[in-house]
Amino acid sequence: MSGNFTKEQICVVIGASHAGVNFAFSLRKEGWQGEIILFDKDPMLPYHRPPLSKAYLTSEDGIEKNLLKSAESYKNESINLNLGVWVSTINREDKTVVLSDGGVQKYDKLVIATGARPMIPPIPGIDTADHLYPLRTAEDVENIRNAFNASLNKRVVVIGGGYIGLETAASIKKLGGTVTVLEREKRVLERVTTPKMSGFFEQLHAINGVDVLTNKNVVSINTDKGSNTIICEDGDTFEADIIVVGVGVKVNMELAKEAGLNIENGILVDETACTNDKDIYAIGDCTFHHNPHYKRYIRLESVQNAVDQAKVAAAAICEKNPVYDSIPWFWSDQYDVKLQMVGLSEGYNDVLIREEEGENTKFSIWYFKDDILLAVDGINNAKAYVLGTKFIKDGKKIDKSKLTDASVPFKPANLLME
Amino acid sequence: MAKITFITTDNKNITVEGTSGSVMQLAVDNSVPGIDGDCGGVCSCATCHVHVAPEHVEKTGTASEIEEDMLDLNDYSNEYSRLCCQLEISDKLDGLVLQVAESD
Repeated sequence: MSGNFTKEQICVVIGASHAGVNFAFSLRKEGWQGEIILFDKDPMLPYHRPPLSKAYLTSEDGIEKNLLKSAESYKNESINLNLGVWVSTINREDKTVVLSDGGVQKYDKLVIATGARPMIPPIPGIDTADHLYPLRTAEDVENIRNAFNASLNKRVVVIGGGYIGLETAASIKKLGGTVTVLEREKRVLERVTTPKMSGFFEQLHAINGVDVLTNKNVVSINTDKGSNTIICEDGDTFEADIIVVGVGVKVNMELAKEAGLNIENGILVDETACTNDKDIYAIGDCTFHHNPHYKRYIRLESVQNAVDQAKVAAAAICEKNPVYDSIPWFWSDQYDVKLQMVGLSEGYNDVLIREEEGENTKFSIWYFKDDILLAVDGINNAKAYVLGTKFIKDGKKIDKSKLTDASVPFKPANLLME
Repeated sequence: MAKITFITTDNKNITVEGTSGSVMQLAVDNSVPGIDGDCGGVCSCATCHVHVAPEHVEKTGTASEIEEDMLDLNDYSNEYSRLCCQLEISDKLDGLVLQVAESD
């Protein structure tokens, strides 16, 4: 066995979602002989998060159909999963964590996979609104589903036109509700994509009967006898039986901060996911990490990053010297449309759109900084997504005129510069 | 009920039984090495790539367009490639043999 780890050593993981769970299984695979102990506040067996706002919201299935790993898998790999228990303090000096039930757990290696929580904006009346929910956990979805089923008028207002807001709107529409999305900015997905893509999604929702309204800054909520009135800055008001808030997240980094770990826009980690304490790693949504391909520090809210950092941290703890070097990828399903994105578009100065011949819901958006391809968004276009992934990784020059010519088949040899 | 055999990249045979759900989920539940299913089974990540035994293609049918596109530039894909998140378990799959594909 490589490395000098032993059966007596203990690895404690704070947070058992995509990052924490993948880390635990990867650590075993890498050869860790000692104990692996996971803690998570959520009482349910760890589950996939992306379906929550998509298929799960509209399905009759329980969360057991969406588990990350079966209950037996944890037993088989001797992974000690503690649900409904969270860590309240990290003591780096004596290498222990204090638990919510007062218990104290020693560690040799500690992994922080605490993720993020929904941001609830400080809008007057938001605390007393009826049937107002964020959407981050299975419990949130249960609450939304139950409130929806019990509601007579089924008027749902979604505050926030980001991915969570739009996916939720599409799902609730499918259930038969009256759905309005209120976005503060002048277009949906403004922070994450181009005007073309925003326009596409605004139109897609309009076709499907969802009112997507932009420039709508919610300033207060009045609640009377179970009915909510949402008031916007421009004086418009909206009645809602159920309100879903999807305006972004706050990183769960308080524990790390109190423990004196380096913090920036997230917990600062190196290319092996290690913090400034050599025995403490951090992975997933809560980390501020370096991406070597884009040569800058980023924080990502994605399954890809959670899983990839989990693997890197597991290998590093088992002394295999890995380096985080992933191209970010992400997807969103709304109605029958699949969006797949690869890369980071920030810093682009040229955008090309390729439409596929005869198909108006199949296109791709290519983001360049001069001649360097930064990112690709594909709508119903997995080919553009895989081709984009390859081109971004390889860093080869693309012939832009051929790229936008739909008569040129989507093949690497056709699109690269001679 | 379907008995499905996975042959791992280091040539171990793992035979498991399932009644419903996707073949990917069955593989993940039984910790079949090389089947990750990172996207949860929505044909978005290609981490559940398998090769169907040629004599069993009739059981599984062929890949959909999006599945084919996801595998198009994969170094290890061939005419028997499938993303097993897209294979729904039914009696029809009983006896199926799948070779877990290598990944880059």
